[in-house]
Amino acid sequence: MANIFAFAEQRAGELRKVALENVTAARALADATGGEVHVLLAGSAGIAQKAEQLGKHGADVVLVCEHDALKDYNAEAIAALAADRIKSGGYRVAVFSTSAQGRDLIPRVAAKLGVGIVTDVTDARIEGDAVNVKHPVNIGKVIATASIASTPAVIGLRPGNTTLVENTKAARVEQVQPVGDPSASRVKVKEMKQGTSAKLDIGEAPVVIAGGRGLKSADGFKLVDDLADAFGNAAVGATRAVCDDGWRPHSEQIGQTGRVVSPDLYIAVGISGAIQHLAGMRTSRTIVAINRDKEAPIFKIADYGIVGDVAEVLPALTAAVREARKSH
Amino acid sequence: MKIAVCVKRVPDMDARFRISADGTSLDEAGLKFDINDFDAWAVEAALQLKEKAGQGEVVVLSLGPAAAQETIRKALSMGADRGIHLAADRIPFDGFAIARALAAELKDGSYDLIFFGKMSPDSSNGIVGPIVAELLDYACVTAISGLEMADGRGTAKRELEGAQEFVEFTLPAVLTVDEGLNTARYPSLKGIMAAKKKTLESKPAQLGDTMVTIKSLAMPPDRPPGKIVGEGAAAVPELVRLLQTEAKVL
Repeated sequence: MANIFAFAEQRAGELRKVALENVTAARALADATGGEVHVLLAGSAGIAQKAEQLGKHGADVVLVCEHDALKDYNAEAIAALAADRIKSGGYRVAVFSTSAQGRDLIPRVAAKLGVGIVTDVTDARIEGDAVNVKHPVNIGKVIATASIASTPAVIGLRPGNTTLVENTKAARVEQVQPVGDPSASRVKVKEMKQGTSAKLDIGEAPVVIAGGRGLKSADGFKLVDDLADAFGNAAVGATRAVCDDGWRPHSEQIGQTGRVVSPDLYIAVGISGAIQHLAGMRTSRTIVAINRDKEAPIFKIADYGIVGDVAEVLPALTAAVREARKSH
Repeated sequence: MKIAVCVKRVPDMDARFRISADGTSLDEAGLKFDINDFDAWAVEAALQLKEKAGQGEVVVLSLGPAAAQETIRKALSMGADRGIHLAADRIPFDGFAIARALAAELKDGSYDLIFFGKMSPDSSNGIVGPIVAELLDYACVTAISGLEMADGRGTAKRELEGAQEFVEFTLPAVLTVDEGLNTARYPSLKGIMAAKKKTLESKPAQLGDTMVTIKSLAMPPDRPPGKIVGEGAAAVPELVRLLQTEAKVL
């Protein structure tokens, strides 16, 4: 029997989708060995209300730490708290997400514990004395199976890679105290600027519409924004070339040096499909490509392709998607 | 200000990779290597800080086989002052082991800032910088795309999912660099000549025990062949039908 630890990421008092992914994955690991899932949830006063949602995805125990200095992500305080809970709980695996926050948090936690760590994990299993994980290397061109020999093993899941499963547990809440003074951090968040309004993040949206140079200008992205609007559950991404040109912010960049996404549906608009871009989206479940050049490499990995001018195809697709959504 | 930059020699990702006979490493024959992009931006950031201050030292470290010295030379030709090569037969996959060896070298260097790239595209873990920070008990800010230093404090910008965060940090600190912070300079001919005379010492890397090892490598499964639905706007109704009935995503 092995208990599994999971971390629940929150922003502005709301759970991130990756929090539920972590709990879902931890539940699967715990069920394989008959153990419990203990989830750490840190935030300002009132965050305990979110415990029920974690229970719905399989948390047996929710360790809640409420403190004003934990309202925003506070790297030093949360790393110290997580390491302390993982150490005292004797867990076999500690499950985090390789989100922006997770990338920052997980190595700190592993360092404090002095244990093995792998990020961007697409599959994890406890096999004998080892935790074996799949982890794409060389921009996804090769898949490594890595073996973590330490207990606990610290892993960061690839965001969007875990299909959420409901598996309701009682989610017993236990209040825990911060380690040291969480206000004493050497790194302080001065300001947080939320991105453009209520738009979904490319790492969490079920549909991602990404644009490239084929859109011809920053204004050309209006076609992409319109299509995203028509879907209602879509986020907008971009290639490195158009981010370098300043058409879109680097935060929307998908690929080798940008974000890695795995949405249900990925629509590549005016994107030729350079290998560096494919690195960021090749694990999407369904890929659609719209490009004028029928020889473009993007068509090699697309499930469905339309050869044509984006200025002509996109408005037609936007209208058709709007119509399809209406009839739901 | 004394600044260290840790850099990694990585293969060009355009290559077609082949798995070695041992099944746990890649065949390096025919691969081209260069400094990791993120690390080149880290070198640039360090050089800009030194130039702005008008004084200071930028020390470049790299762990790996003898060829890692070429990567250090490149950073020296960009303008870094000296290099330290931590010799190892190969660069381990275990980022913790790499961090331990780097921290052992960095700990007595009294560095004010230690820069890293936020990740490398080959092993793709992005963990070495923050682990070094923990081992040295330095403040740490990861994935920065903006940086300003004043009065012994720094302010950095970080891109989060759908948000930007501005953080203030104290020195000494570890910073890991994201895309967008700067554009790395190309070494000038003068820089390349000067780099040949700069100090580059080599010593064995103290890797310690590894806790993570590669069991096997495999090529990703091929995606099933896709289809061209048609040409122009006329193909849209058929695409929508397929998305609804076949892919079931609409």
